Amino acid sequence: MLSPVILFPAVLNGLMTGAVYALVALGLTLIYGVLHIINFAHGALLTAAMFAAFFAHKLLGLDPYVAAVLLTPLFFVLGYGLQRFVIGPAAHGEDRNILLVTLGLAVVIENALLYAFRADTRTINLPYAFNVVEIGPAFLAVPRVVAFVVVIFVALALWLILRLTDTGKAIRAVAKEKLGAELSGIDVAHIYAVTFGLGTACLAIAACLLISTYYVNPQAGNAFVLIAFTIVVLGGMGSVAGALIGGLFVGVVESLSGLWLGESLGQIGIFVMFILVLLFRPSGLFGERA
Amino acid sequence: MKGLAPILFAIVALAMVPLITSSNVVINFLVMALLIALVGQGWNLLGGYGGQYSFGHAAFFGTGAYVTAILQMRYGINAWVGFVIGIAAGALVGAVIGLLIFRAGLKGSYFALVTLAFAEVLRIVASVAPITGAGVGTLLKLDLRPEAFQFQSRALFYWIILAMVGLSLVLTRLIEGSRFGAYLVAVRENEDAASALGVDATMVKLCAMTISAAMTAAGGCFYAQYFLFLDAGIAYGPWISIEALLAPIIGGVGTVFGPLLGALVVKTLGEVTKLMTGDAPGLDLVIYGGVLILVVAFAPRGIAGLFADLRQRFGFSKIGGEGSRG
Repeated sequence: MLSPVILFPAVLNGLMTGAVYALVALGLTLIYGVLHIINFAHGALLTAAMFAAFFAHKLLGLDPYVAAVLLTPLFFVLGYGLQRFVIGPAAHGEDRNILLVTLGLAVVIENALLYAFRADTRTINLPYAFNVVEIGPAFLAVPRVVAFVVVIFVALALWLILRLTDTGKAIRAVAKEKLGAELSGIDVAHIYAVTFGLGTACLAIAACLLISTYYVNPQAGNAFVLIAFTIVVLGGMGSVAGALIGGLFVGVVESLSGLWLGESLGQIGIFVMFILVLLFRPSGLFGERA
Repeated sequence: MKGLAPILFAIVALAMVPLITSSNVVINFLVMALLIALVGQGWNLLGGYGGQYSFGHAAFFGTGAYVTAILQMRYGINAWVGFVIGIAAGALVGAVIGLLIFRAGLKGSYFALVTLAFAEVLRIVASVAPITGAGVGTLLKLDLRPEAFQFQSRALFYWIILAMVGLSLVLTRLIEGSRFGAYLVAVRENEDAASALGVDATMVKLCAMTISAAMTAAGGCFYAQYFLFLDAGIAYGPWISIEALLAPIIGGVGTVFGPLLGALVVKTLGEVTKLMTGDAPGLDLVIYGGVLILVVAFAPRGIAGLFADLRQRFGFSKIGGEGSRG
């Protein structure tokens, strides 16, 4: 058995990583909860956001945290436009078509990035990237602590938007009863697009939080999205709280299994967990609805 | 039997090509297109007729390819025997994955997601397991004898893959006209109604997935013999899962000729892109993705659907041979 001196930092580090996973999963679960589709373009959009954050730093000299303020609205608009003008009209309202269209988008975005930037892996160097915060026996990198705090705030903000604003209420209405919402005068196509925009905006924030400690290449987003799928399924499809708890949980599991099994098996562990959960508890571990 | 004549005609016409040209470029191009047609026909059986859209047919393609290659290289088993075992192994993987998924009642988005996850698990395992050569890949020994399923002339390879495509077309046509095919389409259109009428939906989907996996695995086995090299990214990579669904969807989902038509169009597009822009990575796939979106948006029944519309418009409407998608 490992001593608490090793275990405690591992758990804390897991929570820090898990927070970013949770943010990616939040976008996915929000879109699923309202549109009832799995957005296969989520990973490619995350990669695109990471490239945007990278070039904002490289070309404009913007700190990732400043870039987030610009990129978040930009990606909201991008997501809104994609749903409103591409996915919505192309799918003719059929689920199978939506699957194909989001897959097509993923292929286009990922390979356009590959064509434009080649397969090279890029990183940025920030002066504060290696600063650490000391909590008991644990040393945590500053960007990761910031990421954790930001994610908690974003989740809270999202929850408040859904609870308190008119748009948030409309989103929840459409998620629960689409036809009823339409009959009471809610513009469903608009709400769909807003939801998709919010989900994409989450990715812009996640990308800016990631870029300070992570690298970017045309496939960078995919690793996170498969984890996000796992989290979304774990937390119950469409549940905001589930995504947050699920994300933190997966982060800790990954950190601990990395400690015991080594890094290379960690990736398989997540997939196996994913398949097992889907096969045996498709409604999620935290038992939302079936 | 009805509908077999057009298949015979198409195959005979394609079989003439090596007699007209001996250009390796043309033959290589057609071999790749036919390979995708075969793999796509496998996808089409499950996705087009059964309505289960898989995003992970690489799982079957890669299993067929690796089993053929590993049996030859590590156990010295004859290539033709390895070929048959490879197809069987692919079918087995299809049956096992299908059993797990369909018993759990997963469909729609979930089905796509889980098939994708299975393919990715296999890819990661293959990229670290010693038996597949891990990161280095598996190289098949060059042994140009017919007994070893390797030929000096590309034309022979071409005729073999053509024969396999021909078989897959006939099999699909026979299934389309059979009771099993009717059950499959019924499950696609309305699973609850089909079950209520006594169709064992799980069993029907499971059979479709097994046959589908076998066809796609056959493509993988052929790939191993033709290119003599495999690594995890080739065998289990997302590219083959995407091309497997692209061909039938562009050609006409749920039709006999859809995958063949689609594969020819997709590969032509890919070649044209390469000619126009040089060998830049990614651009051909950008075009594939764009075409996928455009076809779903504007021609949901693919090229075969467009033909059917034209024929109807000009009054040559003839029943039979056409797809069952209305």
